[in-house]
Amino acid sequence: MCRLFAVTSEEPLSPMVAIKALDVMKEGHDGSGVGLFMTDLGGDLEPFKNSPILSGIFSQEGIKKLDRYMMEIGLLTKYKFSIRPTVEPPTGTPKRDVYLIRVYEYPYEWDGLSQAEIDFRLMKIRLDLRAMGAEDQSMMVFSFWPDVIMIKEVGDPMQIADYLGLDRINLQARIIMAQGRQNTNYAITLYACHPFFLQGVASMTNGENTAFGPIREYLSSRGFPGYSGYESDSEVFAHILHYTKTKLGLGLEAYKHIITPLTDQELVSHPDREFLRRLKHSCRFLTIDGPNCVIGCLPDKTVFMTQDSKKLRPGVVGGRPGMFAFSSEMCGLEEAIPDQQRSFEFQPMKYDVAFVDARRTEVQRWNQWDTCIRQH
Amino acid sequence: MEPVGHMHPSTLSPTDHLWQVVWDRGRCTLCGRCTAVCPVRALELRVCRSRALNLSPGLVEKPSNTYGAYHAVHCSTEIERACVGCGMCGLVCPNDAIAPVRSAEIDRLRFHNNQGGEPRRRGGRRNDTTGILDRIKFVRISMLTDPALDAGRHEFEIRTLLGRVLPPEQAVAAATEQGWIPPVREIYPLIIGGMSFGALSPTMWEGLQMGVAYLNEELGMPVRICTGEGGCPPRLLRSRFLKYVILQIASGYFGWDEIIHALPHMKEDPCAVEIKYGQGAKPGDGGLLMWYKVNKLIAAIRGVPTGVSLPSPPTHQTKYSIEESVAKMIQSISMAWGFRVPVYPKISATTTSLAVLNNLARNPYAAGLAIDGEDGGTGAAYNVSMNHMGHPIASNVRDAYLNLVKIGKQNEIPIFAGGGAGKNGNLAANAAALIMLGASGVQTGKYIMQAAAGCVGTESDRCNICNIGLCPKGITSQDARLYRRIDPEQVAQRLVDVYLSFDSELKKILAPLGRSTSLPIGMADALGIDDYQAAQRLQIRHVV
Repeated sequence: MCRLFAVTSEEPLSPMVAIKALDVMKEGHDGSGVGLFMTDLGGDLEPFKNSPILSGIFSQEGIKKLDRYMMEIGLLTKYKFSIRPTVEPPTGTPKRDVYLIRVYEYPYEWDGLSQAEIDFRLMKIRLDLRAMGAEDQSMMVFSFWPDVIMIKEVGDPMQIADYLGLDRINLQARIIMAQGRQNTNYAITLYACHPFFLQGVASMTNGENTAFGPIREYLSSRGFPGYSGYESDSEVFAHILHYTKTKLGLGLEAYKHIITPLTDQELVSHPDREFLRRLKHSCRFLTIDGPNCVIGCLPDKTVFMTQDSKKLRPGVVGGRPGMFAFSSEMCGLEEAIPDQQRSFEFQPMKYDVAFVDARRTEVQRWNQWDTCIRQH
Repeated sequence: MEPVGHMHPSTLSPTDHLWQVVWDRGRCTLCGRCTAVCPVRALELRVCRSRALNLSPGLVEKPSNTYGAYHAVHCSTEIERACVGCGMCGLVCPNDAIAPVRSAEIDRLRFHNNQGGEPRRRGGRRNDTTGILDRIKFVRISMLTDPALDAGRHEFEIRTLLGRVLPPEQAVAAATEQGWIPPVREIYPLIIGGMSFGALSPTMWEGLQMGVAYLNEELGMPVRICTGEGGCPPRLLRSRFLKYVILQIASGYFGWDEIIHALPHMKEDPCAVEIKYGQGAKPGDGGLLMWYKVNKLIAAIRGVPTGVSLPSPPTHQTKYSIEESVAKMIQSISMAWGFRVPVYPKISATTTSLAVLNNLARNPYAAGLAIDGEDGGTGAAYNVSMNHMGHPIASNVRDAYLNLVKIGKQNEIPIFAGGGAGKNGNLAANAAALIMLGASGVQTGKYIMQAAAGCVGTESDRCNICNIGLCPKGITSQDARLYRRIDPEQVAQRLVDVYLSFDSELKKILAPLGRSTSLPIGMADALGIDDYQAAQRLQIRHVV
């Protein structure tokens, strides 16, 4: 089972906080991979909050292709934060040329474009690069978005962190999501490694979503190029969240009702039954069939955890004002925030969503039986 | 050898017939029950001559003969009285002295059952045990990465939608802007397909309706039943149970005068209205209720004279194009109930199904599409239509679903598949396969008749006399002497048994696949088949 850990903190943190948390949870995962998502960046990248950052793995040839492609569009490199390992990789980890983290400057031609158009173009560039890289395996691109860094690799998380030198002081973020295993249920590829990201929305999941096939088909047929990939059944969680927010204009509460709707019988006594019934009908092909625990991050920097309606996967939220963690195991939470206040600790059950917003003052809880009027 | 005398070209010997009756003289008590019950009067008591040769050892006395007579149960070899293999003789025989046996070789009756130039007509089924549905396996079993569920104790929501479902963007907009939202019914995914009041006996109909009411009101299973083309008894139209009924309108409009007149008195809306453009058993042919079954009651409900055959035209005669036929009819019928009732067409499976589907996709009032495959049953049809016309359901449903996926409307127009589910007894497996190929639900008729009422028909041309009102079980008869053989209460009870066992079996399929929260519509990644070509055609996994 994938071990998941996410932290949201007022003070920027090193990704090692998350890696160490994964390490104490190691008993439950096989140390076969690591995926990192960082946003609300600190350290050296703090000044570049509004500039898109490209994250991925490149060969030398890939870098050349990238440069040619970006030049054509007019995207200029503003800042480089790339990792070029000089030592041999740990056993089982492939040797790569560059782990790229590169900040770009928007082309002048993009001035005056709507935010939606800019967002679309950024996504399209990521998809184009991914397709270009697929031809000769010269590049793998995980994100291209302002204030977001993603790192993925095969191997033990702690060994990978040492190998890449992730403890360096200038790589910091206030929100870090980490997952500690290469996928097992579909073909082994880094594109199947959580967390997944699309236009500001990120999520990671443990368990397996058995409704993956029809959901993938449904998302793919929405006519939106970002709904693609799907090397892993878990990728649909991020895309459903994206669909809920950007296409439907609804929030986290609706997301919960979409992925795990109340039963027909339960809806009869719900205050918003008419709306929820319609939502359930219309989003029938987005209902997940877990068991899954989902941890995600919204564009407004709210971090959340929710469970599927079968509740067979563990998950706990806790911390103290200023720093909260979402962990698939209790020990991960205790490792990351030893001074956590027990009163904040909460294990979401099948109807719950637990979230911490960007103020980071408390763990907020929302239950599917509550009204949906307040929306994220 | 004695000459056989005059022979007609259609004079057949017992072995020329499809069914032969084996009678055990030693066990028979000549009670006459078998001859009385035989629906086609194939059996008769006959006086036979016997002869015993008396030979004494050593030829001391001259050999002699003793002539005598005995009574036997004889099976006629006349074409019109040929045994149909229903087996009622064996059912009523107290001593197991009689039973029909199917001929091991191809019969010759088939060359002669067109006497008077009338081709054979019959009811029942296609009489073919083959089919792709039984070969489809469920191969994606949850193992460790996701635990399989407990079919007996886990909570399952086995429900589907009947009605036009708005795409999420429009649904959200309609909710905030108070816009019109098409009616959608949350129903059980196994629907009792259209079998008309007229095709079925009154006792059978009553039993099914009682069973459906019990399933809904006592067991919380939203099972729906379609009337078929023949109207609906007036009391049911005016009762609260109408909400469990899908009213069917077909090209003969039989019974719709009564329905329209009942509109102001309806306490509930019907579940839906199905417009029948075709059926799987006799595609391109209209409905048919033969004169034998048109008695006073049936004639009154349908608004026709008694004792005349009621063939519906092959198409709706007032309409000349698909837009006329589908769009306007759907709109007119929707209007009759204030747009509160889903209205959808039912067609025979055909290579042109996609043309209909694409038309429906553009029609915001179309509530779904029912497709009936070649294995659908019927109360009456020409033999040639049943045996040779039509399209298998599996590939037709798959094509339709994938077409909807292509245009992104797989959740907007539910497809209901019928024709062949459970024909070899595997109802739950067949239904699950059809759902995973893309159907939102499954319609079944024959299985219900067999399991809930004991229809003796099989896929080997057994009985098949639903058309002439002589159903030996009283299921498709309008003769009170026959239909009194059915107790509606027992039919209702058996119907409940069928649904409960179906539900358990469906869970036994869904649980190992890890599915419980929603019906696995289009979950073709879980399906496999050992035939490469079929796998390619259905776009499922080839497993060997």
